[in-house]
Amino acid sequence: MNPIISSPHAHGARPVGRVMLLVMLALVPATLGGFWRFGWPAVYLWCVTVLACLFAEAVCVRLAERPARSALADGSALLTGWLLALSLPPWAPWWVGAVGGAFAIVVVKHAFGGLGQNLFNPAMAARVMLLISFPVEMTQWLAPQLPDAGLATALAGLGVTFGAGLPDAVSSASLLGHVKAEASRGVALGQALAGQWDPLAAGLGARAGSLGETSAWLLAAGGLFLVAKRVIGLRIPAAFLLGVAAPAALAQFLAPDHYLPPLAHLLSGGVMLAAFFIATDYVTSPSTPLGQWIFGLGCGLLTWIIRTWGAYPEGVAFAVLLMNAAAPLIDHTTRPRIFGRRRDGRSLAAARRG
Amino acid sequence: MCSPTISPLVRVKRLLQRWGAHPEGHKRPSADTALAVLPLAPRLVLPLSQHIGAPARPVVAAGQRVLRGELLATAQGNISAPIHAPTSGVILGIGEAAVPHPSGLGGPAIVLEPDGADESVPLDECDPFTLDPAEIARRVAAAGIVGMGGATFPAAVKLALGQHQPIETLILNGGECEPYLSCDDRLMRDRPDSVIDGARIILRAIGGRRALIGVENNKPEAIAALRTAAAAFAEVQVVALPSRYPMGSEKQLITWLTGREVPAEGRSADIGVVVHNVGTASAIHRAIRYGEALTRRIVTVAGGAVRTPRNLEVRIGTPLSALIEFCGGLTTEPARLVMGGPMMGIAIGSLDIPVIKGSGGLLALTAAEVSDTAAAGPCIRCGACVGACPIGLMPLDMAALIRAGELKGAVAVGLKDCIGCGTCSYVCPSSIPLVQFFNHAKGELAARERARMKQAAIKELVEARSARLEREAREKAAAAARRKAERERAKAAAAAAAQAASAPGATSATPNVAREETPA
Amino acid sequence: MLLAIVSLSALGAACGLILGLAARRFHVEAGALEGELAAMMPGTNCGQCGFPGCVGAAAALAAGDAAPTCCPPGGKALAEALAAKLGVALDASALGEPVPMVAGVREEICIGCTKCFKACPTDAVMGAVKQIHSVIREACTGCAKCEPSCPTGAIALTPVPVTLNTWVWPQPVAA
Repeated sequence: MNPIISSPHAHGARPVGRVMLLVMLALVPATLGGFWRFGWPAVYLWCVTVLACLFAEAVCVRLAERPARSALADGSALLTGWLLALSLPPWAPWWVGAVGGAFAIVVVKHAFGGLGQNLFNPAMAARVMLLISFPVEMTQWLAPQLPDAGLATALAGLGVTFGAGLPDAVSSASLLGHVKAEASRGVALGQALAGQWDPLAAGLGARAGSLGETSAWLLAAGGLFLVAKRVIGLRIPAAFLLGVAAPAALAQFLAPDHYLPPLAHLLSGGVMLAAFFIATDYVTSPSTPLGQWIFGLGCGLLTWIIRTWGAYPEGVAFAVLLMNAAAPLIDHTTRPRIFGRRRDGRSLAAARRG
Repeated sequence: MCSPTISPLVRVKRLLQRWGAHPEGHKRPSADTALAVLPLAPRLVLPLSQHIGAPARPVVAAGQRVLRGELLATAQGNISAPIHAPTSGVILGIGEAAVPHPSGLGGPAIVLEPDGADESVPLDECDPFTLDPAEIARRVAAAGIVGMGGATFPAAVKLALGQHQPIETLILNGGECEPYLSCDDRLMRDRPDSVIDGARIILRAIGGRRALIGVENNKPEAIAALRTAAAAFAEVQVVALPSRYPMGSEKQLITWLTGREVPAEGRSADIGVVVHNVGTASAIHRAIRYGEALTRRIVTVAGGAVRTPRNLEVRIGTPLSALIEFCGGLTTEPARLVMGGPMMGIAIGSLDIPVIKGSGGLLALTAAEVSDTAAAGPCIRCGACVGACPIGLMPLDMAALIRAGELKGAVAVGLKDCIGCGTCSYVCPSSIPLVQFFNHAKGELAARERARMKQAAIKELVEARSARLEREAREKAAAAARRKAERERAKAAAAAAAQAASAPGATSATPNVAREETPA
Repeated sequence: MLLAIVSLSALGAACGLILGLAARRFHVEAGALEGELAAMMPGTNCGQCGFPGCVGAAAALAAGDAAPTCCPPGGKALAEALAAKLGVALDASALGEPVPMVAGVREEICIGCTKCFKACPTDAVMGAVKQIHSVIREACTGCAKCEPSCPTGAIALTPVPVTLNTWVWPQPVAA
């Protein structure tokens, strides 16, 4: 006798592993761009972060007495590590990546229930934890270097990541950091931006920033690739970018001397990375269509607010975490209308009765 | 050609609604192969429950000889359908047999051995347009016609609806959105006149004004054939539908063709619409025009493991093994045998199961076609199921609630509105068997409701028993009291008589004391 | 320090006083709950719960001495309803799905003594003196009171066979 087998007897979905693979593929151009700009230390940091995540995942899954191979094979831990690495300062010490990766997997993902059960985005929560715990290491940026792949540079890179850390001489401010610092000194925006702001260069990684910040155009390209492949929908990215650009445009229109232009907001910091890769994380974003619009808009708006009036120069991570917390409520209140019923759940009245 | 009464606003909204899935059709070459008639099998098994509602009650006995079209089992109750002999032969017996059901359990069935003569009961032809609607409904009921699209709802009950509510639109469902199946396609291509005539007969029976025949646009030949057959009849219109699963679902079909939604707690008749499958219409045509009971249907035999996939006209009760044999047998061990389509069909364990009135297809699928090798993973909350659901439910939430045992919670988010189409499971990246969760929950709730009703009945029985015992005790006490009173009276009378006898002048004998028979 | 001790003690005393007054003022009559619970029980007094009859089980439930899953014939439906009434969480895993049983008479050894008929709380046994007895399945709750009463062992409980009408899809095994 056959075991009871339920319909349907065909499946048309891309398995989870393939989905993760596509996301990683979309990240490759920006990551390689970042490696090229920031050199070997960035590579080492990326490796350490990813390995820390994989190791933590294996440990947690073994503790739960499940096979480690299938858990690692679905690629979710690798992706978390990759996204976290992209949001760290490229020349940060190795232990920043390791602690962050372990925290993301152990505390943010598995302590909440494992794959599919976490409330907060692991990469963002880990980044915030690192920012609050190690503010110095997490805010030491540097300007992109000329690429040099020689062995000597590679070994010197080891010294940066595993040794003394970022030499003061090469540290440089990211655009947002620079603007905030100048604003706090009372310098007008126009002066602060003079010579610093070039959209094309910023998008392609000419400015200081994290690995994931500097190649905004490449990230956007990867994101649109994912949209085309139906891996992510267009709602959350579009809403996110709109949520950042619209208030920025309005504010710039009202007071151009105090507020950054919308394009600057979109291309600096983690906006592109977050819009396409982080806010669109399946587990922590709402599942309803209207809910996704609200989520994206909320993320974008909060990002702009924190950047403009908050204490930190960069607000993406905080914005995403706040909206993650709101996601279940958003899901609950934006249920789609059920066929044959009104919005409040009552059945449609019969149009006519005999 | 577009549907007549859809406003532009609705058309725009429709473009944005992306419910459903687009599974590979796999319809050709089986749809293009000519229809063949399957020879009679040596034994036919007719389950008593081939329809929604109460099973039919047998009216024949073992050893009895019957003719084709003779009544074998009669309908029981309002929602039921009779069963007729598909060919002439001898009734071998009535008992448990393997029937098509996902549980693999058997059910009561009549076993018939054909004698090869295929002799029919006398049939009378008639012109349906001389009959009144009630008579048409009665004849359709007597012919045992049920929904041939797979739902198997007794057709006559739907026809009778027209007498209680105004129904202006008849929709014939030629969607056939399930992959592989092409039985309706072949019917529409080869016998379009029967479909159109059936539509007109049904219109007369329900008092409707117009008939819309919806056919998916992956069947251009069928659309052309139907349009030619319907050219002479202004009230019948053929409309092409986009190919999407589940466009053939009744609710989706009605909304696409008329722009109106069936109320969740109502029926399609509440919005003036009734839907029948094209196969049902064709069977009604045969029943009314030629007096023929429902004894045969077209079945698609397809799947990667079948040598020559094609459509066959089959007598009800034929074992599935005969169909496979006629199609050249199996080329390889199938990974799964399915009765019906791949989206909503049932997996069967053996080919000894008979074809019933609702069997549209038999699929022998290879492992590659089933593509279900992955074990179910955890839900990653991707929301693909939400986008796919044609009813606007949130399958991921319902499944999570059911997993946690919160069946009432699942009902609150719309479990009762689920049509079981399987689109959500089809698009799930983690291969979670969502439909099984929902079917389990629905069944569990029904079982609990049955248990609750039994509880109430048990209470009544216990109370009745207590009342009975009380009554008996009372009667016993009353009888005992009466007997005691009698004894007292007898004693008193005897004493009085004795006294009278001892006194002078005794003339009377002891008076007769009537003895009462007291109940035990 | 003295002030701290005095003030906190006074605070504690005041809170205790308020709680005590509230407990008296808003006290719920236990009797009412018991009556309601007893009405929900099947009423067959089969004793499978281990309490003296259904009223006894209701009293135990109201007192908190019994779990909502104490009544096997009531099944999951009753357990849920009791849990909802008592306002406690239902640990449904404790309620294994008991196979529903129904009594049946082996007619070849029935001697028609009517002992089982007298024992059945729902009058589910049909029969009279010296007549072979039979069980009305729809009325049988599987309480098993008839089994020990039969002198020949003719009446016994067997699992109710699952039919097409009562079969339910099993819940998929979670990953």
